[in-house]
Amino acid sequence: MSWMIWPENPALSALTLFLIAIPFLYAARAPIHGVVESLAAALSNALRLGARSLLAMARELRSRNRLVLLAQGREETAQTVEREFQRVTALVERDLNGYPALQRQLLENITRLEEDYKKAGEVPPPPPEWVKAVESMGKIKNGGDGLVEKLLKDISSSIGTVYDKVLAEYRRSCDERHGILKRFIPFGRSLNETLTRVDRNITGLQASAARIDAQMDNYEQIRAGADRVEHLLYSSAVTQFFTSGLVLAIAFGGAFVNFWLIARPMSAMVGGGQYIVGDLEASHIAALVIILLEATMGLFLMESLRITHLFPRVQNMNDRMRRRLLWAAFTFLLVLAGVEVALAVMRDYIVAADIALKQGLGNVPVAAGKTDWVMKIPVAGQMLLGFILPFALAFVVIPLEYFLHAARNVCGALLVVLIRAVAVVLRILSNAVRHLGMALVMLFDAVIFLPLIAERAIRSRRSGERKDALPPRGAVSGKAGSTS
Amino acid sequence: MKRREFLRWAVLAPAAGAGLAACADQQSHARAVYLLVDTSGTYVQEVGKVQQVINYLLGTLNPGDSLAVARVKSRSFTEKDIVAKATFVKDPIQANAQKRAFKEQVAPLMQGGKTGSAYTDITGGILQAAEFLNETGAGRKTILIFSDMQEELDKKTVRDVPLHLNGIRVVALNVTKLNTDNADPRRYLSRLEWWEKRVRDAGAADWRMINNLEHLDRVLQA
Repeated sequence: MSWMIWPENPALSALTLFLIAIPFLYAARAPIHGVVESLAAALSNALRLGARSLLAMARELRSRNRLVLLAQGREETAQTVEREFQRVTALVERDLNGYPALQRQLLENITRLEEDYKKAGEVPPPPPEWVKAVESMGKIKNGGDGLVEKLLKDISSSIGTVYDKVLAEYRRSCDERHGILKRFIPFGRSLNETLTRVDRNITGLQASAARIDAQMDNYEQIRAGADRVEHLLYSSAVTQFFTSGLVLAIAFGGAFVNFWLIARPMSAMVGGGQYIVGDLEASHIAALVIILLEATMGLFLMESLRITHLFPRVQNMNDRMRRRLLWAAFTFLLVLAGVEVALAVMRDYIVAADIALKQGLGNVPVAAGKTDWVMKIPVAGQMLLGFILPFALAFVVIPLEYFLHAARNVCGALLVVLIRAVAVVLRILSNAVRHLGMALVMLFDAVIFLPLIAERAIRSRRSGERKDALPPRGAVSGKAGSTS
Repeated sequence: MKRREFLRWAVLAPAAGAGLAACADQQSHARAVYLLVDTSGTYVQEVGKVQQVINYLLGTLNPGDSLAVARVKSRSFTEKDIVAKATFVKDPIQANAQKRAFKEQVAPLMQGGKTGSAYTDITGGILQAAEFLNETGAGRKTILIFSDMQEELDKKTVRDVPLHLNGIRVVALNVTKLNTDNADPRRYLSRLEWWEKRVRDAGAADWRMINNLEHLDRVLQA
């Protein structure tokens, strides 16, 4: 059964059906308007509600992110301050503990210097009284008296001898004083060194105090939740995220090299051609497990050394247990490195045997292997790589820790942006739905425009008649005014 | 308490490893290849080329894979026609030794006689190959037929039996043209079509033909 009244003329059939439908559509105008409007309103409100709740969620998430960021910043600053205090404590313990001894040494040096100075200042005793007598006698004039002349000659020779003795004594005394002054030099140098050391320590303490002051200021600002600090911490987190991500990517490159070094010889240990999951060979999984074990041992090593702080339980261990864990992790790592060296040798052996076989088979088109580039590394190099890479992998934990911490902040911020974007989209959709509802209502009216025009004409005529029936506005107001 | 926890972990870790091993993939990834070499009179002069195919297979197959080489003669549904067969062990070094031994085993086939067999029982060879391949339990099974694909049976040999080649790939290698094919290429084409239809009807996973032995890398490609 066809809907067409005149099958040969679909357009006319459609027009006729449309004209028949118009009165019914007009009759159903109010309910249809209601349905469209209520549906649009329901959908629009739901979308707006969704957008609002998403925005609230974004606000909540942002405040949580902020709390986490500030907490991390606080913790980091506290650690820095603690480290500075430890440094200052060590400095004080090392140097100020020795200050009494230093002071004693200084005092001793100063006392000796004073004593020596005094000694150096001592002059030979003044000439005896008889010198004056000799001087008086020297004033006696030589009048050609032989006795006087002889007497004076005797006196002169005696004085000359005494003078020589005194001069010698004076020179010896000068030498002694010079010797005392020479002994000054090491004491003075020692004094200088001691004072320089003291000055250096004091300067170091001042620098540490300045750093602590700066960090404390920072800490205070974080506690106060200053926006500037928040922005600084965010930018720092983003930088850390990318830097540690880059280092991790490099580490993954190292792990990749390590993997291909040990995957092939592993097939000799666990058997080639065995599959655990999907297309993953057992030997590949074994190689992967070894690399992951190395990374895990590296993690425990770093945790035990308190370089990283991923496991609070390890941090809270007593020193004895921690040292045991440290040695256990190091031993495992060493053993695994040894295993890798052995695997590198075995790998070379297998590759050599494979090449020999293929050469024996003649002109075999050998499929390009995935690990051909590894063959170019000499066996000693492979052994060295096998030994070094596990230890190098151990250090991956440091950037990993930074990456995890930074990723929390960066991903949190991205999530907030994403949620806000979805909220905006929902808001736009809400508006679009509301306007779509209005448009549908208007479209419906446009479809049934003929009865609507008729209705409007009738209404306007009726309102015209009513206006005619009613008294003029001025008359009514005038009447009202006169009444009042 | 801490020591007890440590002991618990020490027991649990190997147990978890054993559990992982138990979850091993049940689907076999091993490959099994059965090479049928036509030694009939019309094809015997081509047998020298089969060395290239065997060398390629020995160089390509991995530990855990299986390989067998058999002759196609007047009646080939017998184990006696298998020249050499091996499942390579998991250890790659031992597998290399096996491959060397395999190569020596198939060497007499290349030298062969000047005269080939009177008839060519390809169907019997395929039946034998399917039996061997199914026994290996390999995940990827391939029959290579180094022949002109011209089957000729004596009157007493019955080969009107259904083939069961489910999951087996069939690759025809070096399908040379006979003198009659040269006169009427339709014979050659219809022969190949017939074999393809027969193999596919038998449930084969794939049918392929490689005439240029430079393209042997396509032999084991899925």
